[in-house]
Amino acid sequence: MLTFMASDSEEEACDERTSLMSAESPSPRSCRESQRGEEDQENAAQWRSQENEEDVEDDADQYICSGVPGRPPGLEEELTLKYGAKHVIMLFVPVTLCMVVVVATIKSVRFYTEKNGQLIYTPFTEDTPSVGQRLLNSVLNTLIMISVIVVMTIFLVLLYKYRCYKFIHGWLIMSSLMLLFLFTYIYLGEVLKTYNVAMDYPTLFLTVWNFGAVGMVCIHWKGPLVLQQAYLIMISALMALVFIKYLPEWSAWVILGAISVYDLVAVLCPKGPLRMLVETAQERNEPIFPALIYSSAMVWTVGMAKLDPSSQGALQLPYDPEMEDSYDSFGEPSYPDVFEPTLPGYPGEELEEEEERGVKLGLGDFIFYSVLVGKAAATGNGDWNTTLACFVAILIGLCLTLLLLAVFKKALPALPISITFGLIFYFSTDNLVRPFMDTLASHQLYI
Amino acid sequence: MTAAVFFGCAFIAFGPALALYVFTIATEPLRVIFLIAGAFFWLVSLLISSLFWFLARLITNNKDGPTQKYLLIFGVLLSVFVQETFRFAYYRLLKKASEGLKSISPDEAAPSMRLLAYVSGLGFGIMSGVFSFVNTLSNSLGPGTVGIHGDSPQFFLNSAFMTLVIILLHVFWGVIFFDACEKKKWYVLLIVLLTHLLVSAQTFLNPHYGINLVSAYIIMVVMAIWAFFVAGGSCRSLKLCLLCQDKDFLLYNQRSR
Repeated sequence: MLTFMASDSEEEACDERTSLMSAESPSPRSCRESQRGEEDQENAAQWRSQENEEDVEDDADQYICSGVPGRPPGLEEELTLKYGAKHVIMLFVPVTLCMVVVVATIKSVRFYTEKNGQLIYTPFTEDTPSVGQRLLNSVLNTLIMISVIVVMTIFLVLLYKYRCYKFIHGWLIMSSLMLLFLFTYIYLGEVLKTYNVAMDYPTLFLTVWNFGAVGMVCIHWKGPLVLQQAYLIMISALMALVFIKYLPEWSAWVILGAISVYDLVAVLCPKGPLRMLVETAQERNEPIFPALIYSSAMVWTVGMAKLDPSSQGALQLPYDPEMEDSYDSFGEPSYPDVFEPTLPGYPGEELEEEEERGVKLGLGDFIFYSVLVGKAAATGNGDWNTTLACFVAILIGLCLTLLLLAVFKKALPALPISITFGLIFYFSTDNLVRPFMDTLASHQLYI
Repeated sequence: MTAAVFFGCAFIAFGPALALYVFTIATEPLRVIFLIAGAFFWLVSLLISSLFWFLARLITNNKDGPTQKYLLIFGVLLSVFVQETFRFAYYRLLKKASEGLKSISPDEAAPSMRLLAYVSGLGFGIMSGVFSFVNTLSNSLGPGTVGIHGDSPQFFLNSAFMTLVIILLHVFWGVIFFDACEKKKWYVLLIVLLTHLLVSAQTFLNPHYGINLVSAYIIMVVMAIWAFFVAGGSCRSLKLCLLCQDKDFLLYNQRSR
């Protein structure tokens, strides 16, 4: 899922919508303050109601309040489009990097393309004699996996609702520990094996310890933004590699399709778990789970609010209720929030200067994009065209999703469009384009 | 085949495109998005033409012999038609998007149609070049001897140069095409289509590389000169640029017109 991050600067301590507007035309602060109380309810109300009229009315109110009367509502969408291009690139780069890491590993390290058993979440084997049986097994595997995901999400939502924060934080820390230490150790071992490089255990432990410890600090506490982003990309890539290795062929494709449908349902339906998570977080005015969202803007700490104590009375910045799903541990998807985290009780925080607005994307989206492209690279018969086609399709899907985000300004699932395009292009390129291009290349014909 | 061949051919084929990307496109996010969208449109056009070729093959039941050759020729020519159609479709989309962008900010940052023509041409070209050449490139890293069965040993070099010329041609075709659409000179579209068909059809002469490559490069130079004048260049501005007397000769310094 994608969110816009509200800016933290002084006169723009408001939610994403008005902040985008106020950059164009400075609005009177008192007007925005009075709007703020209604805004939250309106936002919550907009979640439950799925009409567009409220949107327009809301926009109209804000327009009038902001001192640009009479501007037609359609213009606001175009205003956000101007901001969108930079944010799109701010998301293209990490998604591309993650995919490049995964594809490079798949193409060079044999370990991740070898079949060495399956996860317990996909118990049915695909080594069956008939096609029908194989299809049935993959569908069953998908059902089991998706139900595990649903159960985990609901469990998480319940934990959050009943304020078991310690449990959640412990869970998150455990899974980051596992990713940063165990999976990194395995990955490093396989890479060293591939390139036949010898490394002694003391050096290995020192390297892994440093990598993991700095990663834990950066992700869960404070660190330079670039380092945090790099670590998030790396753990997404590691997770994606695990999925590519342990998910059987057909199950992987069916799971990808099913997970994008689930994402759509969970984020947009009124009773979806992710939406409820967002609403609960909104009601309490607190961030949900830091460190499971990739944030593309300049914040020093994920989860720390920079509030100007002299600005409005509200402690929180109303954020954009956009959720992203992400997986924080091996097969245990936890769905963290995605909005600008604001912690209660920090009224004395210093303001950050010049904080840019950014977009946030959940790590689960990174993981599944990379799984798609990695699977295309692993099974494409040594063919790069399929991989590239999937890559371009996913980027275009992300672009369209961001466009919709700019238009609708609410939490949107980032998986459906990209995964749909990716799947369409994978199957059509593998079966239609590949023979055509191979024949052309062998005769050296150019189109 | 060694790493030298791999890197040499890779840079021959993709060097200019990479340079164009790095110096003119990479700095502006909107241009990157339009580039990737152009690549996507080319990909869709390839998909559709592959679909038609596949269906034609199914209909003729995969008979070997001259049927396959004719089918391939048909596939190539059809693919050129479809590519140009999609270039036109992309032009229409860009026109709508550009009008939308202009209405927001009449002052700056809305890319001009000429810039979009260049970006879309580059997008088409990069995708076309990559799809044509990347599998060959990856094979060149592995072991083997080129032309051991009596084929030409210049396979990789020829492919690299051909890829380069195709990429550059797409850039120039894009500029000329969009300008013709803007000025409603429909005969120019026909000329672009015909030159594209000519360049593709010439590749049927492979492996007689000489005439194929030379004529492709001549066509490219002609298209380059045409695109230069269409994009607003003149002999005077070229002279100023070459003598470094032009104050803003680098593309990114120019304001959109």
